[in-house]
Amino acid sequence: MSANPALSFDDVMVRYPGRTNRALNGVSLSAQPGRLTAVVGPNGSGKSTLVRALLRLVPLDRGGIHLGGVPLASIPPRAFARQVAVVPQREEPAVPMQVDDFVALGRHAHRAAFGALGIGDRRCIDEALARAGMADAATRRTDQLSGGEWQRVRIARALAQDAPVLVLDEPTTFLDIAHEMAVFELLDTLAREGRTVLLVSHQLNLVARFATQIVVLHHGTVAAAGTANDVMHGELLERVYDWPLVITRDPAVGAPALLPLRSRGPRR
Amino acid sequence: MIGLRWVVVIGVFVAVALLAVAVSVGAVSLAPAEVWRALRGVGDPTQVAIVRDLRVPRALLAALVGAGLSLSGSALQGTLRNALAEPYLLGVSGGAAVGAVIATAVGVASPTVITVSAFAGAAAATALVSLIARVVGGGTDSRLLLMAGVVVGAFCNAAILIALADAPPERLRGALWWMMGSVADATWSSVLRLFVMVVGLGALLVRWARELDVLAMGDEAAAALGVDAHRAARRIFLVASWLAAATVAAAGLVGFVGLVMPNMARALGARRQRAVSLVAALYGAALMIGADLLARTLRAPADLPLGAVTALIGVPFFLLRLRRLER
Repeated sequence: MSANPALSFDDVMVRYPGRTNRALNGVSLSAQPGRLTAVVGPNGSGKSTLVRALLRLVPLDRGGIHLGGVPLASIPPRAFARQVAVVPQREEPAVPMQVDDFVALGRHAHRAAFGALGIGDRRCIDEALARAGMADAATRRTDQLSGGEWQRVRIARALAQDAPVLVLDEPTTFLDIAHEMAVFELLDTLAREGRTVLLVSHQLNLVARFATQIVVLHHGTVAAAGTANDVMHGELLERVYDWPLVITRDPAVGAPALLPLRSRGPRR
Repeated sequence: MIGLRWVVVIGVFVAVALLAVAVSVGAVSLAPAEVWRALRGVGDPTQVAIVRDLRVPRALLAALVGAGLSLSGSALQGTLRNALAEPYLLGVSGGAAVGAVIATAVGVASPTVITVSAFAGAAAATALVSLIARVVGGGTDSRLLLMAGVVVGAFCNAAILIALADAPPERLRGALWWMMGSVADATWSSVLRLFVMVVGLGALLVRWARELDVLAMGDEAAAALGVDAHRAARRIFLVASWLAAATVAAAGLVGFVGLVMPNMARALGARRQRAVSLVAALYGAALMIGADLLARTLRAPADLPLGAVTALIGVPFFLLRLRRLER
């Protein structure tokens, strides 16, 4: 199990062209195998840039990203996709196709150029659909799915990549409570099975419940990192989110929970 | 919606039927029995010559031009994520024609060199188009690329017209031949040459079709699935341009086929790029056999330019498609 690679960001700096502020200003964090690591932070804190840097869509000014100790820059795209499955936040609505064909694209990096889907590929696709709770939708068309179903089909596509590392950028947007919980429980299970799971999320309370490690990003730097008890502090999160809030206890599991308050007059 | 299998069966049937008609109909109309005899090389030597040396190569060349342009158009639409992309509107074909004209004007006769020169012209036009789009702003906006392509295409036409204004018709192909396309002087060797290009480059494009499916989802999803979007798009664009240049070297500029056929393939139910490419190629071949049949019978004995016939079909289609895009 521990053979699965860790994914680590080491002092990563990214500046988008034409901007003065760095989107990421020396971020270091490490997602370990067998753990669910969550990255949280307000809009514009650099969460998605982290994912874009991982996908090598933005150049690093400094620092590096390592997969099991190997620099990312030395891993070819297909080999990368066999090691790391990513569910990006944004995605063009693909050409309408059958759901299982769409999920089959997750096998792209495993297949030979003209190769048909093998039995192993088929098994991965069926299993991915089942785990994402979309087994019944295999023969539907992607343009006929609801927002939540589309989200789960994208998760299924990443699962079909059968990679030891899984990175998800706000995968539960558009999901109702039941489906959101199902996704968090699935990620928890995947981590327990030994995978390295890195989750970017706005759902602080669910993250506090499920994640083994939480990294709080603020203005492109790590404001805090640690367990839920380490990072769920009122003053810290008030400062990071620039909004009054209190930390209570989740009555079900005792994890810290965040409760935003009404604004006190004009915003500071 | 009928299944894709039936779409292919019907396409093959239509193509073969049109081929049969194209071989039979013309200044000298032949009965099916006469065509059959002529194909086997027996019977009236004139009929044998008409069928074997004129009509069959001409129809086959038309089919190859149609298949090549359809494959090229499908791939270009995939790389630019724009269903209005095609080699003619992107200026790729125009650049290829200029390249070929330059080669012939300096006295090159080798078809291979002319094809290479056409490809160089296509590459130059492509570079110019993307430069214009980038300078105007937003080099990734495919609508700007199309506009730049139309402008570069017009420029290429002007260049051809000027270069060939005093061309001796017995030695050089005229400006009209290049600008509007024709398969009237098809020979078996030109058929064979284009066949090799369409099969070879077409196989590459079909091989890379899955990458285009992945590309359609955007850079992030493509990277996540192991495809370097920019490199893949460049590579596919290059081969698609090369294929378009090969059709230009063989038959001049034929517009809109590469635009209409992939869209028609999608309307017939093809979704993934591989299916779109193959169905478009099949129906593109059939359409061009039919278009050439029209070109030489509509105002017989005059031989209409092939590009004029395809423009009559393609322009209304383009406008309809544009309207749907604007909504």
